[in-house]
Amino acid sequence: MKIGSPKETFEGENRVAMTPESAAFLQKLGHDCVVETGAGANAGFSDADYKAAGVEVVKTAAALWKAADVVAKVREPDANEMKRLRDGQTLISFFNPAANEKKMDAAAKKGATVIAMEMVPRISRAQKMDALSSMANIAGYRAVIEAGNNFGRFFTGQVTAAGKVPPAKVLVVGAGVAGLAAIGTSTSLGAITYAFDVRPEVAEQVESMGAEFVFLDFDEEQQDGASSGGYASVSSPEFREAQLAKFRELAPEMDIVITTALIPNREAPELWTEDMVASMKPGSVIVDLAAEKGGNCKLTVMDEKIVTKNGVTIIGYTDFPSRMATQASTLYGNNIRHMMTDLTPEKDGVINHDMEDDVIRGATVTHAGDVTFPPPPPKVAAIAAVTKEKPKELTAEEKRAEEVAAFKKQTQTQVGMLAIGAALVLGVGLIPGMPASFMQHFIVFVLSVFIGFQVIWNVAHSLHTPLMAVTNAISSIIILGALIQIGSSHLLVTLLGALAVFMASINIFGGFLVTRRMLAMFQKS
Amino acid sequence: MENAFTIAAYVVAAILFILSLGGLSGQESAKRAVWYGIAGMALAVFATLVGPGSGYWLLSLILIAGGAAVGYQLATKVQMTQMPELVAIMHSLVGLAAVFVGFNADFTISMVEAAKAAGETVEGTFATLVAKKTPIEITILQIELVLGVWIGAVTFTGSVIAYGKLAGKVDSSATKLPGGHLLNAGAVAASLLFAIWYFNGGGFFALFVLTLLALFIGYHLIMGIGGADMPVVVSMLNSYSGWAAAAIGFSLGNDLLIVVGALVGSSGAILSYIMCKAMNRSFISVILGGFGGPAGEQMAVEGEQVAIEADGVATALNDADSIIIIPGYGMAVAQAQQAVSELVRKLRAKGKNVRFAIHPVAGRLPGHMNVLLAEAKVPYDIVLEMDEINEDFPDTDVAIVIGSNDIVNPAAQEDPNSPIAGMPVLECWKAKQVFVSKRGQGTGYSGIENPLFFKDNTRMFYGDAKESLDKLLPMID
Repeated sequence: MKIGSPKETFEGENRVAMTPESAAFLQKLGHDCVVETGAGANAGFSDADYKAAGVEVVKTAAALWKAADVVAKVREPDANEMKRLRDGQTLISFFNPAANEKKMDAAAKKGATVIAMEMVPRISRAQKMDALSSMANIAGYRAVIEAGNNFGRFFTGQVTAAGKVPPAKVLVVGAGVAGLAAIGTSTSLGAITYAFDVRPEVAEQVESMGAEFVFLDFDEEQQDGASSGGYASVSSPEFREAQLAKFRELAPEMDIVITTALIPNREAPELWTEDMVASMKPGSVIVDLAAEKGGNCKLTVMDEKIVTKNGVTIIGYTDFPSRMATQASTLYGNNIRHMMTDLTPEKDGVINHDMEDDVIRGATVTHAGDVTFPPPPPKVAAIAAVTKEKPKELTAEEKRAEEVAAFKKQTQTQVGMLAIGAALVLGVGLIPGMPASFMQHFIVFVLSVFIGFQVIWNVAHSLHTPLMAVTNAISSIIILGALIQIGSSHLLVTLLGALAVFMASINIFGGFLVTRRMLAMFQKS
Repeated sequence: MENAFTIAAYVVAAILFILSLGGLSGQESAKRAVWYGIAGMALAVFATLVGPGSGYWLLSLILIAGGAAVGYQLATKVQMTQMPELVAIMHSLVGLAAVFVGFNADFTISMVEAAKAAGETVEGTFATLVAKKTPIEITILQIELVLGVWIGAVTFTGSVIAYGKLAGKVDSSATKLPGGHLLNAGAVAASLLFAIWYFNGGGFFALFVLTLLALFIGYHLIMGIGGADMPVVVSMLNSYSGWAAAAIGFSLGNDLLIVVGALVGSSGAILSYIMCKAMNRSFISVILGGFGGPAGEQMAVEGEQVAIEADGVATALNDADSIIIIPGYGMAVAQAQQAVSELVRKLRAKGKNVRFAIHPVAGRLPGHMNVLLAEAKVPYDIVLEMDEINEDFPDTDVAIVIGSNDIVNPAAQEDPNSPIAGMPVLECWKAKQVFVSKRGQGTGYSGIENPLFFKDNTRMFYGDAKESLDKLLPMID
């Protein structure tokens, strides 16, 4: 098959869907690659680079659309491009299918297959082709950089000879992929970073990135993201109020606010109200990553940077990935080529559009003349549902009581054992006529058993075999008895004694040697 | 009589022995501890040779040298997988030595009595000691001696049978003569009768019959215990050999024998206890042999065992970040520890987190797996106990079960009617994927079906453990 990428027609779009690097991988799958001349110019890839990677370069967009069996694009196709789409052709691109019924119908009527990159299901297997995530990652990073560009101070706190610099305080609202990327960038620049999300289960992820999670005093169980494929859902009015109250409290302290709150297929929720903006310090910066969907702040103007009356800068750009076109193209190109890998299971350059496959089915919006959007829910859940059971936290008193009880029980058993042991020993002593010579040995015996118990409990599990070998060797101490008897005038006694000496010494040497052999093998890495 | 020097030497030797056992609390200190043991033994033997045992010291030295030669051969030739057999057969030597020493004590007593009656004096250190004893002391001496001989005899035949089972020379399943426990109980009762007869002047004949009875008990007791309970049996016999030594020590009036016997005896007892606890079974039920019958209908196992080939396992291992290996007796049988070590080395070289999970009763001897892995140069700090690692399975990508069965059986937790219900097991099924290297489809020692093999995330990697691993190794890149 021939895979082609045209130059993006959308104004200001610098990305390209195929890089020389991704083309090399596509060729390994058995495909041929073609690009329109100048397609990668804005992303830093020249025609010469493509040619060097074995990619054919054609002069015009029309020629490319004609030549390619599969067209990979970044932005959704414009009217002109929709005209060029033909029967049997596959288009892989962002498509915004929920708002683009007309284009979908048109594509289906033509018999073209459209794979919408934003529809790739959020399951582990599909992460490598999840373009929303890879682009959101870039947007999050760039949002912090843009904020820094418009912020008059350092991120990190410093004590210098010229005076003390306080660290910047950054609040990230919405800890999705973009939010987490922003958190990571912000903390690594040295800012004190706070983050908020309506999904309580992301608190751990937030903290792992080095930010502080802002908790609300709110009891209602939030629906976790597991039921909605890992995305946020709409929250109740009460919850919203609690959330806004918290933000109002934080607003005067924050230097930079980055809002990334989006709910799939809806207007962006208003989270940063005008009065919060008004309460912020002059020079503060708001970056609204939800600008395209109306913005999390109502003052945001899409694709523009504005400064409010009180000196707060609000950035409403929607083209963050395009502003980092080289990086974005590389990642998007990889997403596309992973998609192609799944579409070409035999690696023979033949596309097998398997509608049984969860990922391919989910992303396909038109196929074989039909509109196949929306897809059925995937068979595999995006994230495992969190089990809500938490072990009951014990209060300090309960813990203390438990310890006391355990201690009491231990004392009881110990005293009990002592009493029984003492009674037994005393009992032996009370037997009438028990000679003192026996009792002397008996004391030694009891003490030795006691010492044995004390010592052996500390032996490491892994050394049980050496322990057996050592005890085996030293139990041959019986050789002493045999040695004493061997000098007897009785011949049989001497004979048996000699045999016993012989056997015991086998054991002594065998036991110790084998123990040494074993222990010598234990080694640390 | 024992001179002051000998007793002083015994005190030092006793302390050395205690330090020797105490030093086994860690791998590094253990290396020092063995030397304490050797020094203690050398000192004890030397002190005895120059003191009370100086009679035929040249003969003694020659015999010790002979024993040393045999012992050296045994210790250097033995394969690490044969360690359980070696330990078992060595216990039998201690048991037999105790029997001989006990007999000797009896001969000496009758010799001294005869000499006394004839008004002669006796020669020999032990004889002079006996000659000084009062009649009641003689009776106590006889009790001690009977105990020593009886325990020694049980240890002897028991160890021989245990050796036979471990070496595969005797059928390792639990077999009993008709009459079972009654026969054992009868033999114990008869021993008691003969002991009483012996105390009342029954002479050597009574002692001899008693010894035969004890030999029978040792044989029959261990015959009735199955292969998987061998860790308990071996440590129990270890304990017995200690108690025998202690009893003989009493009859000879030798404190060092008592001290060491008591140390060994309690050590074996504790080991047996630890092993029993690891199987959630009482000591009595292990000794009486066999598993108790199931309390009710066991859960039926649903699903099927899915087999996998080496390349599938290799792919999973190449993708995995954390891997836990659970070795069992099967690894020892197949001599696969070198292959396992090689696998671990390769995986670790790729930066994967590879660890071992050792169940306390894995293998046929306490700590058996640790020794085998150590032999194969697996660093001991990645070899973990059950309690240390059980919680980590849910975060583990791949668990590999090599030749173990009952210790990874989820029925112990899930099925209250299972014969092994409540036994602590390694929860390997909580790992994302489990591979079981197993010879065939049979059940484990206990004869219990293992639901692990039927789980969705389990794949069976059939074949001899060593051959399977050798096939797998070149595919790990």
